Amino acid sequence: MQIRPTTTEKIAKFIIWTISILVVLLLFFIVTFILIKGIPTLTWEFLTQNPASSGREGGILSTIVSTLLVTMVAIIVATPFGVGTAFYLTEFTHESKATRIIRFSAESLAAIPSIVYGLFGFIFFVIFLKLGWSVLSGGLTMAVMILPTIIRTSEEAILSVPAQYREVSFSLGGSKWQTITTAVLPSAFPGIATGVILGIGRCVAETAAVILTAGSSIHMPNSFFDPARTMAVHFYIMAREGISMERAYGTAALLVIIIFFINLMANMIVNRFVAKSR
Amino acid sequence: MSKPSKIIARNLNFHYGEKQAIKNLNLEISANEIFALFGPANSGTTTFFRALTRLCDLDPHTKVEGQILLDGKDIRDADVSVTELRRKIGMVFEEPTALPMSIFDNIAYGLRLSGIKDKNLLKERVETALKLTVLWEEVKDRLDTPALRLSGGQQQRLCIARTLAMSPDIIVLDRPCAALDPISTLKIEESLQLLKNQFTIIIIPHSIQQAGRISDKAGFMLYGEMIETGPTRELFTNPKDQRTNDYITGRFG
Repeated sequence: MQIRPTTTEKIAKFIIWTISILVVLLLFFIVTFILIKGIPTLTWEFLTQNPASSGREGGILSTIVSTLLVTMVAIIVATPFGVGTAFYLTEFTHESKATRIIRFSAESLAAIPSIVYGLFGFIFFVIFLKLGWSVLSGGLTMAVMILPTIIRTSEEAILSVPAQYREVSFSLGGSKWQTITTAVLPSAFPGIATGVILGIGRCVAETAAVILTAGSSIHMPNSFFDPARTMAVHFYIMAREGISMERAYGTAALLVIIIFFINLMANMIVNRFVAKSR
Repeated sequence: MSKPSKIIARNLNFHYGEKQAIKNLNLEISANEIFALFGPANSGTTTFFRALTRLCDLDPHTKVEGQILLDGKDIRDADVSVTELRRKIGMVFEEPTALPMSIFDNIAYGLRLSGIKDKNLLKERVETALKLTVLWEEVKDRLDTPALRLSGGQQQRLCIARTLAMSPDIIVLDRPCAALDPISTLKIEESLQLLKNQFTIIIIPHSIQQAGRISDKAGFMLYGEMIETGPTRELFTNPKDQRTNDYITGRFG
């Protein structure tokens, strides 16, 4: 029996709708669950005090600061390398064996589990470079980990800039460098920013790689060479060691809220940038 | 007395990899006239522009042999600065290529690349350029709005203005009206007539009619070869080569 095209369409529509609604519901459920469990813990004291007695008392200020520091190191290191590599691959070389190898390596790096990065960071930064468990080791490890993301997204962004923009710049006597900074970069910027923000999100949320490289010291780090405990690690320890589920949820809720705001901010930056030129 | 030749191409051969796009081209173009370089697709007209502006240098698979002289100097000599050359020879592309920035910034774009920072000078040059393309009246009150909001015809005139702002010697236009409506086309053709007093203009017309309307001299190219050049009127009324005659009368193409 033949099904009429309109019937097929109705069925397809129904399936697609159901799936989308399920996904949204699931997401909504997770977020509300965490927020409901966590928000009551989110008092002013919780946000502004350092943890005391292994996290049973006090707040999570040192973990917030640690998270920011580790993320900062990672972004500052990974952005120039990532964006630079993307520009090299797209603007400075033609397809060759070398570019294929670089691209393949970046893709492979993206698929490695974060605990492996943690192990690498531990052996290389913590032990070999004698940086110890520190903000720096954690940040550098995260930099290596988010590098592929930044390379890939930047590369896509650069490739999506119309070739005509480059030709206009060259035809008006622009040098290679001028062409990249004035014709390519402004148009690629929103895409590159998206990649960096995805990187920030991963840094904020990462546990396994950070616990092995930045350590889990609950104290406020005084320098980049001090060990630190990020929020995600704090959450993990609170829950894993049964210290306080309540405080684990509080930390988780704050994490969710922070990631939400990072994404919101990123969207706003990108939209403003696009609106100005179109 | 004939005017001195602005551009001379001698035994020019151009290869894209294995494919030869221009075969032994010889051509002379005088200053302050409109020269129409026409022919069907793949005849080598656009390629000639890319060789002339050296935009072909960006593609490593191209190979140029022979000479292109600009005011008697080979543009591929080692001491010729390619950025200077491209400032002297302004190119307008087939598709309007307004950049995603304001109208003012678009026109000032090339000037800024060349290092001009003085705001008053920029303003002056932008205004002059926009007036030359008869766009000034239409956009003078909204110079800070995005250029991409202009119509296709306005965008193309903006691109011409952007090229003119550089005060080039020569303007080369690759089918500048191919994507435009007849009214916009007319406006561009009118401004080109005014511009030829100051510039040498080479245009690849999108139609034979356009070549006939606006050019002083014309050259017909076919599959990479220059078939015939001469004053446009002669070429159109009394072509020497049968192929030119066939193309103009619409027997092929």
